Amino acid sequence: MTENKSGFQQVDPMTPEAVKVKKIFWETEDVFTLELAHENDEKREFNYKPGQFNMLYAFGVGEAAISISSDSSKKSSLLHTIHKVGYVTNVLSKLKKGDIIGLRGPFGSAWPLEQNKGKDICIIAGGIGLAPLRPAIYHILKHRKHYGKVVILYGVRTPRDILYPVELELWRKKYDVEIEVTVDRSDSTWRGHVGVVTTLLNYVELNPEKTRAMVCGPEIMMKFAVDELKKTGLDEKGIYVSLERNMKCALGFCGHCQYGPSFVCKDGPVFSFSNVTDIFEIKEL
Amino acid sequence: MKTIDKSNLDKIISILKKDGYTVIGPTVKDGAIIYDEIESTGDLPIGMGDEQDAGTYRLTKRNDEAYFGYVVGPQSWKKFMFPQRLKMWDAQRNGKGFDINLPKAPPPRYAFLGVRACDLRAIFVQDKVFNNGTFADSYYNNVRKNIFIIAVNCTQSDGTCFCVSMKTGPKAKQGYDIALTEIINKNEHYFLLDEGTLKGSELASKLNFAKAGDAQIKAAASAIMAAEVNMKRTMNTAGIKDLLYNNHDHPIWTEIATRCLACANCTMVCPTCFCSNMEDTTDLTGDHAERWRRWDSCFSLDYSKVAGGSFRTSTKARYRQWMTHKLASWIDQFGTSGCVGCGRCITWCPVGIDITKEVENLRSSPKIKS
Amino acid sequence: MEDLSEILKNHPFMKDLDENYLMQITGCASNVVYKEDEIIFREGDKAEKFYLIRTGKVALEINGRDKGNLRILTIGPGQILGWSWIVSPFKWHFEAHALEEVRAIALDGECLRNKCEDDPKMGYEMLKRFAHILEQRLQSTRMQLLDVYKRV
Repeated sequence: MTENKSGFQQVDPMTPEAVKVKKIFWETEDVFTLELAHENDEKREFNYKPGQFNMLYAFGVGEAAISISSDSSKKSSLLHTIHKVGYVTNVLSKLKKGDIIGLRGPFGSAWPLEQNKGKDICIIAGGIGLAPLRPAIYHILKHRKHYGKVVILYGVRTPRDILYPVELELWRKKYDVEIEVTVDRSDSTWRGHVGVVTTLLNYVELNPEKTRAMVCGPEIMMKFAVDELKKTGLDEKGIYVSLERNMKCALGFCGHCQYGPSFVCKDGPVFSFSNVTDIFEIKEL
Repeated sequence: MKTIDKSNLDKIISILKKDGYTVIGPTVKDGAIIYDEIESTGDLPIGMGDEQDAGTYRLTKRNDEAYFGYVVGPQSWKKFMFPQRLKMWDAQRNGKGFDINLPKAPPPRYAFLGVRACDLRAIFVQDKVFNNGTFADSYYNNVRKNIFIIAVNCTQSDGTCFCVSMKTGPKAKQGYDIALTEIINKNEHYFLLDEGTLKGSELASKLNFAKAGDAQIKAAASAIMAAEVNMKRTMNTAGIKDLLYNNHDHPIWTEIATRCLACANCTMVCPTCFCSNMEDTTDLTGDHAERWRRWDSCFSLDYSKVAGGSFRTSTKARYRQWMTHKLASWIDQFGTSGCVGCGRCITWCPVGIDITKEVENLRSSPKIKS
Repeated sequence: MEDLSEILKNHPFMKDLDENYLMQITGCASNVVYKEDEIIFREGDKAEKFYLIRTGKVALEINGRDKGNLRILTIGPGQILGWSWIVSPFKWHFEAHALEEVRAIALDGECLRNKCEDDPKMGYEMLKRFAHILEQRLQSTRMQLLDVYKRV
């Protein structure tokens, strides 16, 4: 989607644009990554902000809202890391290099990276939740000197489910960043942490005044993470969460993603926790 | 202010048709008054009235020849800007890729005849929904910008109306090109005509009108007043946003869920409900795909479904979502209530759940937020 | 060699503890080191001690019989290993072994229990601190039980 000078969208935001699969590869047993480029003009750029998502369309099958997991400064292609869980993602998982899919986007709010320059950053990811946070991590590491202490805490189900293990190792080696990974369950061969992601907070020291947290994962995991962050003294205003709801149009028209007064597709997916704190504990909202 | 005699109504219809409008008006179909294309006043529900109560609707025969002697039927005008089923585009495979074709037909030009004040407000409410500041829905707005609106003020109210409480009627206040008030007495049957826009004035100037006299203006005002004073239902809207926001765990929701069938009727008849679903299809060859948008409802289980499950599995949560959205979060989203007081959700609820009563039930034992 | 009471004082578990209590507790403390893969205690053994981990990581495992050894939790620097010393019949529920070299302060359970019996105020303070740990362990076990990342 491009914007003209007066800021209006030139392409109808309901109409997908054809993009080409440059690469497809499996991250884990049931998580894969699509690399996408513009179909006829690989030089055309993708402009988006870390935390935003796209609607990916499998021809004749349907659309799925998928967060962007690539480096937003590398504009020639897009990466989407996708959990194979539903009808559409199942079809997307069978794509081959050179196949064409539809794309609408980018949509939604972004991680507040510019606003929090000079702050310490604590990233807490659970499972596939690392994918929407990866663009934020790329940005922070690329502009490392703009931020204070940087901590990444990552929890997954088993050691086999760890996303981007090579990159995690690379970041740990190359940058001034504390990275802790834990798994919920493992056998004896795993040498790392075992326990839920919040237990990792025991191993890092956060300065509550200076720290801003960005959290993404299953909603129940985010609840525990936010509770623990608040116990360490972080203000809700400095905790950001990325929420997931059913999305059909991504434009605020279809109604499905409503969460209290918000439309997750356009007011989110990234929210300051202080904006959802009143409704976060309401059942079946 | 002008008056026109009732024969002018056919003239209005023919002028609008000549101007390229498809004229939509009330007409009787399947035992109800609905909105459909009309050719002349012969299609109008002449001499028909309606009787409504919670879970009840029936047509009645009036003892006059009123054109607009009913209140509102099950349908609202939203289906013309926001059709139940709309093809967004189709696509044809082309090698490994595909080409998308947008519908080429020019948007229809509608003239709405007989828009009630509550429904006029509903159009205004949906205008905000489909142009939300970030995006504008192209179909809705392309149709909407051409619509010629002839409002007809209510001179009677029915059993489920509560527009007075919602401050939307019975008199149309703004947003019309022309507003009519139908006056029938022993010797006369005429309309008081009020021009709302230049377009409206232009049309009015082509009619056989007379300047309205004080008596006629007074007669119209008192007819509208009759609708107001006879209104049977009320909804107390004071602090209604907080009332709903602070009572999400009130026992009332469990109680309503014992009656609510989650049938979605209320959302289908509601003139402001805007939820939709996307449907992607292919033909048997797999080379031709289409995307359709169709009305959806927050009462369906799939509505809140994500890969891990549904967020609102209980009927209780779905009813609460609908009513809280309509009366509370709508205000945060669009700066206006989502309810216009038309009463359709009460009339067309198969078990007669009454939103005005449920608000009263909440008020009578609110859970105060500590 | 570092003073034991200094080490104890700096461990998060002892944060803001009364000096007098700290002195009494130090009387029950000893420095311990475990090599990588060394067993610290076994499931079913008598729980005679608990440990304030200073460095290194400890794995808690349960013998899952036909399901193999299941690792429940790892415990690292600044954390507490073991609470069975405080609850009768003082038996370990898990096996604990060092995943890497572990340095810790071991506190003798019986010694501490006796001191707590003698000084119920101190006993209550210890109980509160352990209740907090139990709550944390219970909460994270619940979250593990929810299996939040499970594919559907």
